[in-house]
Amino acid sequence: MSTPEQLIICEHCDCVYQKALLAKHQKTVCTRCGGVLQRHNGLTVEQRLALSFTAAVLWLFANFYPVMSISLQGLKNSATLWDSVLALSQGPITFMAMVAAISIIIAPAFQLLLLIWVLGFALTARRSPAFKLCMRWLETLRPWSMLEVCLLGAMVAVFKLAGMLDVLPGIGLLALAVLSLLMIRIAGRDIRDLWDMP
Amino acid sequence: MSRPPTASELDLCLCHSCGLACDMHDEPHQCPRCDAPLHRRKTNSLGRTWAYLLAALAFYVPANVLPVMNTMMLGSGADSTIMSGVLEFWEHGAWDIALIIFIASIAVPGVKFVALSMLLITVQRGSTWAQQQRSKLYRFVELIGYWSMLDVLVVALVAALVKFQSLGDIEPRPGILFFGLVVVFTMLSAMSFDPRMIWDTPPDKELMDDPIQQ
Repeated sequence: MSTPEQLIICEHCDCVYQKALLAKHQKTVCTRCGGVLQRHNGLTVEQRLALSFTAAVLWLFANFYPVMSISLQGLKNSATLWDSVLALSQGPITFMAMVAAISIIIAPAFQLLLLIWVLGFALTARRSPAFKLCMRWLETLRPWSMLEVCLLGAMVAVFKLAGMLDVLPGIGLLALAVLSLLMIRIAGRDIRDLWDMP
Repeated sequence: MSRPPTASELDLCLCHSCGLACDMHDEPHQCPRCDAPLHRRKTNSLGRTWAYLLAALAFYVPANVLPVMNTMMLGSGADSTIMSGVLEFWEHGAWDIALIIFIASIAVPGVKFVALSMLLITVQRGSTWAQQQRSKLYRFVELIGYWSMLDVLVVALVAALVKFQSLGDIEPRPGILFFGLVVVFTMLSAMSFDPRMIWDTPPDKELMDDPIQQ
């Protein structure tokens, strides 16, 4: 029997397979349930680290520049992501402010910090301190990071308000758009490949 | 058709955190590679999934009945619910936006309730019906899960922007709390469900293609 590292178990139906080497755009699929087992990962550690730094800068832009601004009869106002979290924090619905803060600000920030931390050490073929803890947190955070939903939400908000007043998308919205796409690419589950490094 | 061996037949267990195939010979409680707790199946999966699903269903009622936001324009205020927001876009001819909000806020939670209940009931009956399709359905439910947060984030952004006191003011209302809770609880429900149970059927129901079990 081969060693456990060469085996792959389908998480949807428990079937066991040998790991395969994949070429570009290839993926392996479970023959019983049709779930994806492996997907080709085109990113090297260097590329992934570079994209993580890019995403970190974009996170700063998305959070410190207004997502959009409006004007109504000479009055102007603009809102950042944090402002919209604060808007939910008043009254009995404070709990939702916490959920929103986690899903659009805190979870992506932690994902990026953890990625830069583990990838920075992986660059020199080392495991970072607390590597196990960091990798497990990356798994835990993933489903709660909802930047792409936030992007669609911001676009819906533009249309919602455009009927009543003048809306101007801000730098934050542009940064949010690129950041949400980058996160899909770099924070996906193929980060698990780091486990296979010595 | 013969199928590949399963993890339980080889005495292996998948680590959900790092994906390692762990040898269960000495009954380890932790993954030897990442220290995450190991379970052959998610703990008490059926009970937890039902509990989260019913909680979400209970919150679904106030989420749709209570107003999610209040719009004050030049002194006259109006509460709006999720459905009235969709209808407003529809009447203004923005059918595409109306459709996006309708799908994310009303259709997606509805599909999740129906799909998860169906998966739970068929698993409890040990059904072998359409196993591959049910597996696909579960992956679909997991994929669409968090898009329902859309309305919460729209209300948050809009409320943060429109703050002109008497001229115009938008405030969130308690409906959005219940709506957010529906999303969180349906996500927890989908996470508690173990899709491998779809394939854990009693051996006599399986077509006799499995020499190891003989």
